[in-house]
Amino acid sequence: MSTTAELGFTQTAFDAFLQSRDEPEWLLELRRDAWRQFSAMEWPARNLEEWRRTDFRLFKLGNFHLPTEPAAAPQLIPGLLNEGVEVGGQLTIVDSRPSQSHLKQSWIDKGVVFGSLSSLSRSHGDLIRRHLFQVVDPSYDRFAALHAACWCGGQLLYVPRNVTIDEPFYIHALMNDGGVDLGHTLVILEEGAEATLLTETSSPRPEATGFHCGATELILAPRARLRYVSLQNWSSSVWHFAHQRAILHQDASLQWTLGALGSRLAKVNQEVALVGPGAESQVNGVMFTEGKQHLSYHTLQHHQAPSCRSDFLYKTALQDRSHTVWRGMIRVDQGAQKTDGYQRNDNLLLSDQARADSIPGLEIQADDVRCTHGSTSGRVDEELIFYAQCRGLTRNEAIRAIVVGFFQQVFDRITIESVREALGQAIAERVREYK
Amino acid sequence: MISINSMIDTLSIKNLHVAVEGKPILRGVNLEIRRGETHALMGPNGSGKSTLGLAIMGHSKYEPTEGVIELNGVNILEWEPDQRARAGVFMAFQRPISIPGVKMADFLRHASTNVRRPERKEGEELIPMREFRKELRQKMEDLAINQEFARRYVNEGFSGGEMKRAEILQLAMLQPKFAILDETDSGLDADAVRLASESIARIGGQKMGLLIITHHDKLLEHNPPDFTHVMLGGRIVETGGVELAEELHRQGYERIRKTYPDANEMNQEMVEQAVP
Repeated sequence: MSTTAELGFTQTAFDAFLQSRDEPEWLLELRRDAWRQFSAMEWPARNLEEWRRTDFRLFKLGNFHLPTEPAAAPQLIPGLLNEGVEVGGQLTIVDSRPSQSHLKQSWIDKGVVFGSLSSLSRSHGDLIRRHLFQVVDPSYDRFAALHAACWCGGQLLYVPRNVTIDEPFYIHALMNDGGVDLGHTLVILEEGAEATLLTETSSPRPEATGFHCGATELILAPRARLRYVSLQNWSSSVWHFAHQRAILHQDASLQWTLGALGSRLAKVNQEVALVGPGAESQVNGVMFTEGKQHLSYHTLQHHQAPSCRSDFLYKTALQDRSHTVWRGMIRVDQGAQKTDGYQRNDNLLLSDQARADSIPGLEIQADDVRCTHGSTSGRVDEELIFYAQCRGLTRNEAIRAIVVGFFQQVFDRITIESVREALGQAIAERVREYK
Repeated sequence: MISINSMIDTLSIKNLHVAVEGKPILRGVNLEIRRGETHALMGPNGSGKSTLGLAIMGHSKYEPTEGVIELNGVNILEWEPDQRARAGVFMAFQRPISIPGVKMADFLRHASTNVRRPERKEGEELIPMREFRKELRQKMEDLAINQEFARRYVNEGFSGGEMKRAEILQLAMLQPKFAILDETDSGLDADAVRLASESIARIGGQKMGLLIITHHDKLLEHNPPDFTHVMLGGRIVETGGVELAEELHRQGYERIRKTYPDANEMNQEMVEQAVP
C-alpha cells in the first residue's frame, strides 16, 4: 500500500502546512527530514509480527487533511478526569490546535512550564529541542515519520528540579467529526521533581470519525516521580496510531495508567525504558471494547539498568465482535541484574464473537533476575453467576457485579480518585444485559 | 409468588430425580420441611446430598428429570435461582465461590435488598447505606467476625474457616425461610463449630426451616434435628429422629449399607463415576 490518494497529505499540503507555522528553523528542518522519510516509506507490511493481527486496509490517509486552517469551534464536552478536581494547570486542544490554557501563577513562579507544545516552541525552543524525539523514534515506521513531520498542537509539561506539584494538571483533547489529532506529548521532570498529569480525549458524538497519529515522550530524571493518566475516549470511528515511551533514570518512579474505550482501530506501542538503577514503573491498563472495535497494544518493559522494578497489568473486557491484541515483552539487558519484572493481562469475553489475543513475552540476558508473567482469557464464570443468584441478585445484576469486580483489581492500584470514578462510571455505562 | 411470600411455610420435594450431564444422581427424593423444623441430611460421600441442595437452589447443571420442588404447593422448578432466593430459600455452600473485586459489604447490601424486597426491579434503590452498615456491623459482631471482612472481596483469599463464617453471616443478613447448610461445619475448629452452631440456632430460632447436611455431630448438638434422613445412592432410604443421627455418628453407615443393598450398589457406582 503506498500513497495513492493521500490528498490531504500531499507535498503541496505539507509545504503549505510549513508555511503556516511560526516555528524555529531547527524544528522546520526536523519536519522536512521526517517528511522525506515518510514519503520514502511504505505502510507497515501486513506480515510483520506487529501488524499481522491488525488489518488497517480500510484506513485511507487521503480522507483526512493536514491541520492548516484554524479548528472549528469546539463543542463543549465536559471532561471526566477533572471532575471535582482542583487543577494546577489546564489545557484544551481542538483538532490538534490549542484552544484554552491556564497555569496557576504559583507554578509559573516556580519555573513550571505547561501549555501547547506548538505555542511554546519559540519561547522554550532550547528546552524542547534538547528533548523532542529523543525518546520515541521518528523513523520507527511510516506512522511515526508522519507524526514527526506533521505533529502540531500537543502539550508540554516541564517541572524544574525538586519542584513538587501537588495538584494534578489536566489536558483535554477534542476531535471534531472528520478531525485530525497529531498531538505530541512531551513531559520532562527534572531531578527530584514530582507531578500528576491527567489527559483525556473525546469526540463530539458517538459516530464521529477522526484520525489520530500521535506520540508521547515522558522523561524522568533521577528521583523524579510522575503519575500519568491517559484516557482514550474517542468515538468508535476514530483511527488511532501512537508511539508512547517513557525513560526513567536512577530511582525515578512512574505510575502510568491507561484507559482505552474508544477508537475503531488502535495500534499503540507503549514502552517503558528503565535506564537508571533503582527506577520503578507501574503500568495499569483498563480497556472495554464493543461493536467492531479493534485495539492492538504492543508493550515493552525494557530493563537497561540493574535493580529496577517494572509492574504491568492490563485488564480488558470485550463485547460484541470486538477484538483486542496485547503483545507484551519484558526485556532485560545483560547488565540489568536484580531486575524485578511482572506483567499480566486478563481478558473477559462477554460475547462468543469477541476475541482477545494475549501474548506475553520475556527476553532475559541477565542471570540474577525475577520476572513473572501471566495472561488469562475467558467468559464470565457460570459458577460465580449462580452463587450471586443464590443470594438474590438477578443474572444480569450478577454479571454486572462480576464485570465491574473484574476491573477492581486494577482500580485498586490507581491512586487518583477522580480517575477511578471516571473509569468505573465509563465501564458501568458499557456493561449491557447479557443472556 | 410475591403476594404469598410471607405465608410460605412449607418446602416440599416430591419424587425428585436429577441428572448431571445425563447421568442420574437423585432417584426419587421425597422430603418436606416446614418452617421451624430442623432436618439433618446424612449419608456417605457421593450419595447425592450436595446435589439435592444445588437442585433446590436451581443450579442449571443439575437437571430435574422427574418430580417437583414446591413452596406451599407452587412448583418452583422453572424459577431462576434468584427467584428462589427472593422467595426465602438459602443455601450455605460447601465450597463458597469467590467473586474477585466485589466487596462483601456491597454484595450483601445488594443481596439483602433483593431478598427483603422481592418485588424490587433492577436499578431501583438499595437499602440506605447507613442503615445497612449499622446492621452489618452488628451481625458481624454477633458472629465474632472481624469488621475488616466487609471490605474484603467476596470469599477472595478467605481461609476455609473464614468462608464458612462468611456463609453464616449471609444467612444472618438474609433471614431466609428455609436454609440448607451444606457442611457448614467442615473446615472449622471446635470453637468455631460451637460458635457457628450457636449462631445458627439463634438466627434460625423458631422461624426457619433448616436442612443441615453434615458429617459431624457438633452442629447438631446445638441444632437437634426433629428429623434425620439418610441418603444412599440418590435416595432417602431411612428417616428417623435425633437418635438416628446419634447412631450414625457412633456406628457409621455399615448397617444402612447392609439394609439397603440396591441403594448401596448404586452409591458405589456413583462414587466410581466420580460425578462432582
